[in-house]
Amino acid sequence: MTSSSLPAPTPPRSSRARSLALPVLAVATALALSACGARTAAGDTGTAGSTGAASCVDTSGDTVKIGFLNSLSGTMAISEQTVRDSLDLAAEEINAAGGVLGKQLEVVAEDGASEPTVFAEKAEKLIASDCVAAVFGGWTSSSRKAMLPVFEAKDALLFYPVQYEGLEASPNIFYTGATTNQQIIPGMDYLAEQGKKKVFLVGSDYVFPRTANKIINAYAEANGIEIVGEEYAPLGHTDFATIVNKLKASGADAVFNTLNGDSNVAFFKEFKNVGLTADAVPVVSVSIAEEEVGGIGVENVAGQLTAWNYYQTVDSPENTTFVAAFKAKYGEKRPTSDPMEAAYTSLHLWKGMVEKAGSFDVAAIQEAADGVTFDAPEGTVTVNGDNHHIAKTAYIGEIREDGLIYPVWESDGPIEPDPFLEGYDWAEGLS
Amino acid sequence: MSAPATTAPAPNAAARPWWRHPRVRVWGGFALAAAVLLGVAPVVLSDFRLNLLAKFLCLAMVAVGIGLAWGRGGMLVLGQGVFFGLGGYLMAMHMKLADAGPGGVPDFMLLYGDGVVPAWWEPLRDPVVTVLAILLVPAGVATLLGLAVFRRRVRGAYFAILSQALAAAFAILLVGQQKVTGGTNGLNGFRSFFGYDLADPVNKRMLYYVAAGVLLVMVAVVRLLMVSRFGELLVAVRDQENRVRFLGYDPANVKVVAYAVAACFAGVGGALFAPVVGIVSPADVGVIPSIGFLVGVAIGGRATLLGPVLGAIAVSWAQTGLSEQFPSFWTYFQGALFILVVAFLPNGFATLGGLWRRRRGAAVPGPGDAPADPPAGTSAHADDPGPDPAQDAATAARTAGRHA
Repeated sequence: MTSSSLPAPTPPRSSRARSLALPVLAVATALALSACGARTAAGDTGTAGSTGAASCVDTSGDTVKIGFLNSLSGTMAISEQTVRDSLDLAAEEINAAGGVLGKQLEVVAEDGASEPTVFAEKAEKLIASDCVAAVFGGWTSSSRKAMLPVFEAKDALLFYPVQYEGLEASPNIFYTGATTNQQIIPGMDYLAEQGKKKVFLVGSDYVFPRTANKIINAYAEANGIEIVGEEYAPLGHTDFATIVNKLKASGADAVFNTLNGDSNVAFFKEFKNVGLTADAVPVVSVSIAEEEVGGIGVENVAGQLTAWNYYQTVDSPENTTFVAAFKAKYGEKRPTSDPMEAAYTSLHLWKGMVEKAGSFDVAAIQEAADGVTFDAPEGTVTVNGDNHHIAKTAYIGEIREDGLIYPVWESDGPIEPDPFLEGYDWAEGLS
Repeated sequence: MSAPATTAPAPNAAARPWWRHPRVRVWGGFALAAAVLLGVAPVVLSDFRLNLLAKFLCLAMVAVGIGLAWGRGGMLVLGQGVFFGLGGYLMAMHMKLADAGPGGVPDFMLLYGDGVVPAWWEPLRDPVVTVLAILLVPAGVATLLGLAVFRRRVRGAYFAILSQALAAAFAILLVGQQKVTGGTNGLNGFRSFFGYDLADPVNKRMLYYVAAGVLLVMVAVVRLLMVSRFGELLVAVRDQENRVRFLGYDPANVKVVAYAVAACFAGVGGALFAPVVGIVSPADVGVIPSIGFLVGVAIGGRATLLGPVLGAIAVSWAQTGLSEQFPSFWTYFQGALFILVVAFLPNGFATLGGLWRRRRGAAVPGPGDAPADPPAGTSAHADDPGPDPAQDAATAARTAGRHA
């Protein structure tokens, strides 16, 4: 039918085009009108709109809503599910102990689906539709960056539980994972103490490794350490023959590893293949926690080092209780790790802030946050009211045959958070 | 809107009442859609839901283009993320520069880069240049690519693989150039959109109206293209490329135009997506989102006018709704829906009506008269956009012989 009428030009076509002009014109007018209406309105309200984002949190009943936003589907689900589990545990404990300001916590759970745009969407939903008092979650830098403008525009609170690349301090976010001076710099301090002079950098190609390595380069220059190589692999990359050969040829006496996820399996297998050992060339990793050791294979990483602020083996009464409670709820085989502990801690810190402020109000919490402490499984942590990070103890750990990580070095007490590295002369010009 | 009195009577118009006339039905549906989008939705939806709808409309813009290129043109475009991303990044770059102020440097360049704005960013400080770039760059890239590919008669699965590889390469490029593209974090934290404060709910509403208006214009443009001589050629190229060539047309040019229009729509969709969602990152442009764009189109009905739009919006809406209700296992529903549609409604939900009418044995006018209906007779070809070249050549030879 269509092709048979093809070659002959059909006369009614021009009338057809005329009849279409009308609706198109109508749409254009509607469009212009709608844009105009908003233009004047925008001029009137101006910046008042942003401050007018009044909180709709309902604190009149005997419950208060909080939001958990973690990826339960997609590539990050395997990591973020563990954080969700420990958040659930913390909420349960707090409720069992009488809640916050006498109100039971009512959790609204959402799936971030490993996509930054979904994190932004769900964050807005939790704040604007569910009217939660605070949101806990996020993992990747991109998910945090996507949520940040939402929390600032709506003037709400996000508790972000993962170590990250620093260089950020939003009044609407509390960062309960480590910033760079609580993880990267202690890692380098340890290598320097061990007399390592030639460090090789390997990382996945995204923001955290690139920023970490920028800091490491500056540190190395100031401390007489030579960076003998800096290599990046795309996320999910599993062929490390070239990079490991470069590593071996470089004569490095230590490696700083910021690889993420599956890449670690391939990297450590190749590392072992070419005859490198943890004794001769130790690898300090910052993205391998107890959860990941099993996946990589203990035989491939035993003896290697990690830099974190918590291990399941940390010796404290609080940690013994935490580990026992977690295993009782989720099973004996489930290990606890740094991000899980930081998430658990974040909920307790929020409780502390709310109780100190005597209110669920965002401004009151921001005001009261400074100096709030919690005896966390990792040790006592204290909130810094200026940059909204927390003072944490750094631990260098060694991965042992049982799949757990044991501290071999720890910092002299909790390290004050310094996300912009302002307290380090050599870091000048980095940010 | 399109009163029956002004329309020229079609040859078989007497056989049915005026409201069954395809043109009345199409434009009536269009007017209804406009009324819902511009009139009803802003009234009944909260600011949050309206902003979500704006995001879905941006995705629907990509779907409209895919409907034209894939549904009507038979080109399985598996890499629309590239054009979506080009539009999104162009707009995002402008917004970052505008936020930084005249001569300023976007925040992420100070943090992760060397604090110098690269020369190729500079022109985007100008809003006019930005809008022109959004309209022209994706279309231009598609034209160049289309000329190179279609002139060499690359089609079918080969074209699909090539377009998908391009999307993968584009995402890897963006990740690798962190200093100038923001890497995996993408570009985010926009404060204003052409001078309007994005934190202000009123301006978010304005963005919604812009998105709704643009989408309606796109649907109108596609309708015009569908019923034009070009639209008929496009379907002919899809169904029998060689015959069209023997008739003296160059199928490559026809395909390039459809591909460029689809790219332009995707670019505009991306450009509006950035301020609506507040972030554009490599996760929005790679292979997975590119395939995601197709899912809605396939479910809605790729060869129909409104199928791709409704499919894209419905799939996104279902994704959001299901993930809110069942955060841990909503992905299974999505998978099941896709399997059901592919298995039982290979031409999408929009063909449900036609299917039902045919089952009843009612007298339905030919599909050519009602472009809103899919060309059911050609479904076999549409499923396999690249027929076996040898068989195709044989068919063409027979055709040629008959014509001679």
